[in-house]
Amino acid sequence: MNWITNYVRPTINSLFSRREVPDNLWTKCPECGTMLFHRELADNLNVCTNCGHHMPITARDRLTALFDGGIYTEVKVPEPVTDPLQFRDQKKYTDRLKDARKKTGERDAMLVATGEITRTPIVAAVQDFSFMGGSMSMYVGNAIVAAAEEAVKLGRPLVLFSAAGGARMQEGILGLMQMPRTTIAVQMLKEAGLPYIVVLTHPTTGGVTASYAMLGDVQIAEPNALIGFAGARVIEQTIGEKLPEGFQRAEYLLDHGMLDRVTKRTNLKDELTTIIRMLMQLPPAVAGDLPPPHIDSHALEGAEKAPVKP
Amino acid sequence: MTQYLDFEKPLAEIEGKAEELRAMARDNAEMDIEKEAAALDKKSADLLKSLYGNLTPWRKCQVARHPERPHCKDYIAALFTDYTPLAGDRNFADDHAIMGGLARLDGRAVMVIGHEKGNDTKSRIEHNFGMARPEGYRKAIRLMNMANRFGLPVVTLVDTPGAYPGKGAEERGQSEAIARATEACLELNVPLVSVVIGEGGSGGAVAFATANRVLMLEHSIYSVISPEGCASILWKDAAKTQEAAAALRLTAQNLKELGVCDTIIAEPLGGAHRGAQTAIAAVGKALTATLKDLDKVAADKIRLDRRKKYLDLGKKGLAA
Ligand SMILES: [Zn+2]
Repeated sequence: MNWITNYVRPTINSLFSRREVPDNLWTKCPECGTMLFHRELADNLNVCTNCGHHMPITARDRLTALFDGGIYTEVKVPEPVTDPLQFRDQKKYTDRLKDARKKTGERDAMLVATGEITRTPIVAAVQDFSFMGGSMSMYVGNAIVAAAEEAVKLGRPLVLFSAAGGARMQEGILGLMQMPRTTIAVQMLKEAGLPYIVVLTHPTTGGVTASYAMLGDVQIAEPNALIGFAGARVIEQTIGEKLPEGFQRAEYLLDHGMLDRVTKRTNLKDELTTIIRMLMQLPPAVAGDLPPPHIDSHALEGAEKAPVKP
Repeated sequence: MTQYLDFEKPLAEIEGKAEELRAMARDNAEMDIEKEAAALDKKSADLLKSLYGNLTPWRKCQVARHPERPHCKDYIAALFTDYTPLAGDRNFADDHAIMGGLARLDGRAVMVIGHEKGNDTKSRIEHNFGMARPEGYRKAIRLMNMANRFGLPVVTLVDTPGAYPGKGAEERGQSEAIARATEACLELNVPLVSVVIGEGGSGGAVAFATANRVLMLEHSIYSVISPEGCASILWKDAAKTQEAAAALRLTAQNLKELGVCDTIIAEPLGGAHRGAQTAIAAVGKALTATLKDLDKVAADKIRLDRRKKYLDLGKKGLAA
């Protein structure tokens, strides 16, 4: 693998840097400048194979990568009232919503699904930064409450991937009120004795970090993810000094005791499996043990409660 | 001497003229100015009424932030007895932006917690303009948990521009502190009543105001972001604060319609800063009534009552 990274790719790069490359086939790593072939990049979950830089991944690709065989069932999210404030800035909120829906093909900034990771049943919620900056709307709040309710109903842990600039300003106070609403969702899991694991992805800031994204039993972040409450520019203006290198990055938060772990995206599934199976008092997952397609998953769920004999 | 807000300028002129006349009359016993002065008084009273009868959202923000508006410590001094401040988060520091301690309201022991902004340069700096650092939220959590253990209702007085955008505040986990304070509010098995007495600034307010009942003074505001911040992000123009203030629907009246605010407390004509005692008394009356009302909720239901309030939010928007 190394010889590919170190030898073949630079060669390819030098080939391609000299002419126009179609956007959809090649992606340039914003960190190291390496040209990455789309299929290879997708196989590596949008992590640069050269420098390890984590590029954005869509909520749906995240779910596909997470669940065994890419199979999951979406949980229906109750639809909130649309545009409760009749908000308009330079553009109407309803138009912004329409544009975001068209651009992403999603209803709003959060997907909820049930499925199995390494044969471990979970509920997952994934925030979609490409939908209006992932902003916390009433729909997002409803999604998190629905995810918690589904987890409680099924007796499964909830894994939540956060990515947001904060509360959705266009929903005003009702956007802000998703802080208490989502905190209630976390309490539901707590009361049911179910693990709540947060994976903070780039970027997670504002009211989102100040609610459900910081209340996990286990707090994991992707490398170099920006995580914080106040914006760095506002802080610099307020205190009148430059902020240190790496301020509000995942590794900085880890150093300051605000996270449990910083984990590469490519290792996340294994790590989540390991942690969840211990918290759920399940035996360790057996490596490479994906269920053959003809066995129904419910039978397996029952079977795996018994210790697996080698 | 009242500090006039920009929109009160015509009022300042009239009141200034009346004052001038009276000063002249004091020096010159033969002058009869009473009729003229009375006419000016009437004119300024009418103007005050018309100005405050229909404040725009941006003007409400200005009134809510008025430097002479009664602050947390004024309410505590006037409404509570036996106030015993309790300090510190037991981890790092005592945050002076947050006041809190045991006190009696109408003789009843409660835990009172609130933001204090300060009222002159020295005290504003001491209280960090009412912007809490992580320690402030953690102190509040400690006091709320204590109240919970001893069955004391919690009263919070909210008046903050928001959380403090500082380096140390971030390093010491202000997001987590705010999240945990909100969580603490939601875990209480005792009544929690919040009064927004001035500014309810974003997450810094939520951490204290996730209450069974949220009361708001007539000209107070509560918002996801300051109009200034909203204008610079959505309009990319800091001059659009008035538009942003209107779009955000941050007034007590809007919040009542949306179900976030339960009760609006009337302010004296011209705002709480023109009649501090009246405003404070009105808050006291509303607090007493609200706590009495919550006594009717069974102790094992008080937490669910709060939870329901928040889960039910957003079922309806503002009337078109
Ligand atoms: Zn790279």
